[in-house]
Amino acid sequence: MSYVGSSVKRIEDRPLLTGMARFAADLSLPGQLHMRVVRSPVAHGRLVKIDTSEALAMDGVEAVWTGDDVRDIPPIDFRMPWVEGLERFRQPILATDHVRYVGEPVAMVLAEDPYLAEDAAELVYAGIEELDPVVDPLAAEPAATETTIVEKAYGDLEGAFEDAPVVVEMELAVGRHTGVPMETRGAVAHYDPMRSVVEMFGAAKVPHHNRAAIASMLGLPLGAVVLREGHVGGGFGIRGELYPEDVLLCLAALRLGRPVRWVEDRREHMVAANHSRDQVHRIKAAVEFDGWIRGVIDEFWVDQGAYLRTHQVTVTELTTSMLPGPYVWPAYRSRGHVMLSNKTPCGTYRAPGRYESTFVRERLIDVIAHRLGLDPAKVRRRNLVRPERMPFKRGITALGTELTYDSGDYPGLLDRTLEYLDYERLTADLTRRRSGGELVGLGMGFFVEKSGLGPFDGVKVTVDEAGEVVVITGVASIGQGVETVLAQVCADTLGVGIESVRVRHGQTDDLAYGMGAFASRVTVMSGSATLIAARGVRRKALEVAASVLEADPHDLTIDRGRVFVRGSAGGPAITLGEVAQRLRPGLTGGDPGLTAEGWFTADHMVYPYGIHAAVVRVDPESGLVEVERLVVAYEVGKAVNPELVNGQIAGGAAQGIGGALLEDFAYDESGQPLAATFMDYLMPTIAEMPEVEVLLLEEAPSPLNPLGVKGAGEGGITAVGAAIANGVADALGRPEEVTRLPLGPERVRRIVTGVA
Amino acid sequence: MSERTKAEVTLAVNGRSYRVRVEPRRTLADTLRDDCGLTGTHLGCEHGVCGACTILADGQPVRSCLMFAVQCEGMDLRTVEDLADGDRLHPIQEAFWENHGLQCGFCTPGFLMLAAGYLEQNPDPDDDELRAVLSSNLCRCTGYQNILKSVRQAAEVMRG
Repeated sequence: MSYVGSSVKRIEDRPLLTGMARFAADLSLPGQLHMRVVRSPVAHGRLVKIDTSEALAMDGVEAVWTGDDVRDIPPIDFRMPWVEGLERFRQPILATDHVRYVGEPVAMVLAEDPYLAEDAAELVYAGIEELDPVVDPLAAEPAATETTIVEKAYGDLEGAFEDAPVVVEMELAVGRHTGVPMETRGAVAHYDPMRSVVEMFGAAKVPHHNRAAIASMLGLPLGAVVLREGHVGGGFGIRGELYPEDVLLCLAALRLGRPVRWVEDRREHMVAANHSRDQVHRIKAAVEFDGWIRGVIDEFWVDQGAYLRTHQVTVTELTTSMLPGPYVWPAYRSRGHVMLSNKTPCGTYRAPGRYESTFVRERLIDVIAHRLGLDPAKVRRRNLVRPERMPFKRGITALGTELTYDSGDYPGLLDRTLEYLDYERLTADLTRRRSGGELVGLGMGFFVEKSGLGPFDGVKVTVDEAGEVVVITGVASIGQGVETVLAQVCADTLGVGIESVRVRHGQTDDLAYGMGAFASRVTVMSGSATLIAARGVRRKALEVAASVLEADPHDLTIDRGRVFVRGSAGGPAITLGEVAQRLRPGLTGGDPGLTAEGWFTADHMVYPYGIHAAVVRVDPESGLVEVERLVVAYEVGKAVNPELVNGQIAGGAAQGIGGALLEDFAYDESGQPLAATFMDYLMPTIAEMPEVEVLLLEEAPSPLNPLGVKGAGEGGITAVGAAIANGVADALGRPEEVTRLPLGPERVRRIVTGVA
Repeated sequence: MSERTKAEVTLAVNGRSYRVRVEPRRTLADTLRDDCGLTGTHLGCEHGVCGACTILADGQPVRSCLMFAVQCEGMDLRTVEDLADGDRLHPIQEAFWENHGLQCGFCTPGFLMLAAGYLEQNPDPDDDELRAVLSSNLCRCTGYQNILKSVRQAAEVMRG
């Protein structure tokens, strides 16, 4: 192995650097129409009448549709249906009788030019009789709809709380924020009469699933819909899920027989694409004087927004199952209420359910430590799952799989992190600075991530007669480096140079099945499938070469695309291209072509884990929090490309800082969004970023896949909110008053000044 | 809007002349992308915050989403497509590649042009200056440290 484990430069970068990339908005088709969506200006109301006549009268406007025009199209179905009976909360592609959030699609305009489409959309008049909106689903009036409760429990809670020496109770909340990729959504769809298919460019994340969903909604056979992924400008959970606009595009292309293009603008994106987080927890722990936690009861409410979208209750499900994190907690119950409100619907965002639950759990640990007068690191250590208990079976499920931590040395990671921080010295130094009048503090958060969600993924590896290799994968690329990582695995396994490998992804007609890019699953699932497929090609190549070279296949090796007897590189050899020539149809008894598919299946997820530590400084005058240092210690089993893993961690950390300090989808009492532009929704720039210090560990490889890898896409963000909140609490000397993210200047000032 | 209200404009982009007919309200970014076919300039927010659409106008980094095409006649415009010299990447592009300064790549053209414009006028910036300049654009993938590293390295290479 030479590529796997080394920081190979990415093979996909050149077009991205030269302006030659093909993002969704970069594609145009001759004769295309432009779609503009008319959105509800109010949070809640009854749709009385929509007047489209003025818009339709404009030159160049081809059609205007309202809910009446698409009544035959069912609402968007759940991609991850964890709970039955929630179908009535799904979102229609255009509102019919009611509007339920600002930004909900109520009509769509098709015109010859995008500027014109926007003009026409402004002339569409939606008569709406306003109703009281639910802005806070925990408020008594108007009563919010509770769609369902997700509960997980194990152990003897009653026993745990009976005579508990100390009980610690807290209310903790994480605000509403989300992925906000730099590329807005967009796509172009057309009907191709030559192949009798509707084809949509601009898919991402889960093209195969969305193809099936669109086919089903439009009443078409699966083979009549093709989805294509081009370059994708960031995913983070929200991009690539099936949204009303995707279906409208395909439907319009089909009905009008013309290509239809849509490019979302940023304002739309902020109210239309999935939001996330937005949870309030009431948590209670039964604790002994040495810090041992006997049991935890958690009750929480998720403000899901107006509809249940494709993820259904995924975030609630993950919150309940991942809340215990790295700790034993012998008895536990968590109950999540999935509430609707008149806000933008929510989905997943990087580390869904873990960012929130890690904030809740790790804040709780610090408060327990404070109550008991113990060092928080000591309380953490006291409760960690010990390595000898691995694999550790929690006794509950997560996303339909048994929750079993596959491997790990949690106390070992804590030791390593404290050592790296020079903990005693650092805390002494911060104490000194505090006594000098500075508001500085250290906060930590320990977390367990989950990754590699199955059930399957497949890869097809083919070598052509020139020795060039194509890897076709059913997963998607959202900018995280999939092409390079799969090429590394393939090149090593097959014995070729990485420059002869190209990787194709996200094309639904390339491979019959594909799961996609989410849940930090690509390297685990598709990486393993690549290994299996490349091994298959290698086996086939060695057999053919053995007969040509008159050698035993076991004595052969492959290096840089040449097959020869091991140890005699200068001796007789045959190239993989020449092997492929001998595998033309008719020349071989078996299947033609130097090609193989590999399928990797998994019943269990793999669980990477890590610690975030933040040193923060609070400006008492402005309430501004500066992150002086952010350390991320993360165990990934095996890093296929360490530089890319570090990049994932640093990027996740930046988003974590955004959610901890800046990003907040606030609403006013009438349900109007107060952060619908980049002027109001603040994301970190380089000015807010410390140099993220990454301690990348590869000491607990996963036994569950042939590469030993654990997913690295999310661990950069998971505990940032927790670590910063604990740091701010430490800095302010107010261990119990930091209870809500984001910690914007106003909130911090209120804690500093003691004004509730 | 009818044909009559369109204005004829000649834009000088990347050393080439483009004659386009545009409405006065048409942004420079849309004109570059849709009328000149230069889709390397990306639109991330269309209100001047994210900087994905940064190009050089008379050597200055500008937000092309905040300019109208009709304002730009006579200006020397440069976009990301002009950075590489044939197959040879510009030192800034090389540095981004080498230092993993991009992930999804959507914000990258804006950062490249911002850095190109700045370094051409300020060949020897310190880290504080670079941080101040780079804080004008948003990236959602990298956490910025590799972007800083890339631009730092490019400055060194460009100084020779």
